Amino acid sequence: MSNTTNSEASAAEDARVDLEAEFKASNIQEVLDKLDNELIGLKPVKTRIREVAALLLVDRLRKKFELSSETPTLHMCFTGNPGTGKTTVAMRMGEILKRLGYVREGHLVTVTRDDLVGQYIGHTAPKTKEVIKKAMGGVLFIDEAYYLYKPENERDYGQESIEILLQVMENNRDDLVVILAGYKDKMDRFFQSNPGMRSRIAHHIDFPDYSAEELLQIAKLMLAQQNYRFSAEGEKAFAEYLKLRMKLSHFSNARSVRNALDRARLRQANRLFADTKKKLSKSDLITLEADDVLASRVFSEGRTDAEDTED
Amino acid sequence: MMTNHGNRVTQGQFSFLPDLTDEQITAQIKYALNNGWAVNVEYTDDPHPRNTYWEMFGMPMFDLKDPAGILMEVNNCRKTFPNHYIRVTAFNSSRGVESPTMSFIVNRPKNEPGFGLTRQEVDGRSIRYTVHSYATDKAEGERY
Repeated sequence: MSNTTNSEASAAEDARVDLEAEFKASNIQEVLDKLDNELIGLKPVKTRIREVAALLLVDRLRKKFELSSETPTLHMCFTGNPGTGKTTVAMRMGEILKRLGYVREGHLVTVTRDDLVGQYIGHTAPKTKEVIKKAMGGVLFIDEAYYLYKPENERDYGQESIEILLQVMENNRDDLVVILAGYKDKMDRFFQSNPGMRSRIAHHIDFPDYSAEELLQIAKLMLAQQNYRFSAEGEKAFAEYLKLRMKLSHFSNARSVRNALDRARLRQANRLFADTKKKLSKSDLITLEADDVLASRVFSEGRTDAEDTED
Repeated sequence: MMTNHGNRVTQGQFSFLPDLTDEQITAQIKYALNNGWAVNVEYTDDPHPRNTYWEMFGMPMFDLKDPAGILMEVNNCRKTFPNHYIRVTAFNSSRGVESPTMSFIVNRPKNEPGFGLTRQEVDGRSIRYTVHSYATDKAEGERY
């Protein structure tokens, strides 16, 4: 099976271009596989990235027929509860878009309102422009974007920053990708009062809460990255812990899991420390047992550590 | 045959070529960034060849990775000083070098009056020569 060359393909109307060869040549599968392996769950995100990758592929094929098209708008808005992976995916997005060929450098600049809005008249514009300059060629990630706009306070300079951003988002679409992130209800209110911003965002992606199985998988992935693992009973105990913890208040998905794992590691260290005579093997050092999980207050008292200082 | 018929100041790189387009400037800046040099935009209205220290338009952009941001700055400078000489420099800070390695003019005033040769007679019939720019006959700010 041979590929048609550029010149041949562009000449004949009925010439064929080879989708599969182009797919292999573009390394897109590697990007998608990496995404699948390293991020658990997040189906809407992965679906959207797959779609963008398909668009890139078709774009390349169109170039073979010398059909040009405009760069698609890639500005995105991530909404979801805390700990669902918004910042993590934004960090990956820069690398992914670079591999797909949509941004030039692929670095990520993370800002919040503080970095964009000044404290006095005339301070905002240079501050925002500096941040935009730094982010050119990559991804600008604005966390808690709704704080930019405070309608209650007339002397607030957030509006100026929004206007500069809107202009750059429209005119420098090839140079910069802007990703906003925040909680869903607050972002909805923000977009209602800023229709210009909403029309420039092409992809609104909602990050759903993780299920208990997904959280367990995330926990195992986190442990593996730090060279730990659960024993069989430990894993069962952690699954129990997750079910109980998810019912309690202030549950932040992956972040709560990470905190719980840190506490389990603490208890493991103390358990090993208590028996100083025993010689420890590598397996002892990397395994978290059921006791390390079951000692949590969630089991004994039905509340989390954080609620300790109340009442 | 004169290689420089007009009065175009020929300081820096590419000065004997026609004015660089924005794409060419971007390519040069990309080369500087790939080498890890800090790019800076400078302007002046005093066109003497010995005038090496021009005014800086903002700080050198140490942490930028992409030429688009720097081109924004260049265009900003062009809007602020449309009739001044503007140049882009790249500073190489590696040990042993620590000096500008690239410098090219990106904007010129519309009319460059050029230079005259001034002869000064000193003791005896010895003559000292200097190059004098006609633009500096006027005060700073009123030259172009």
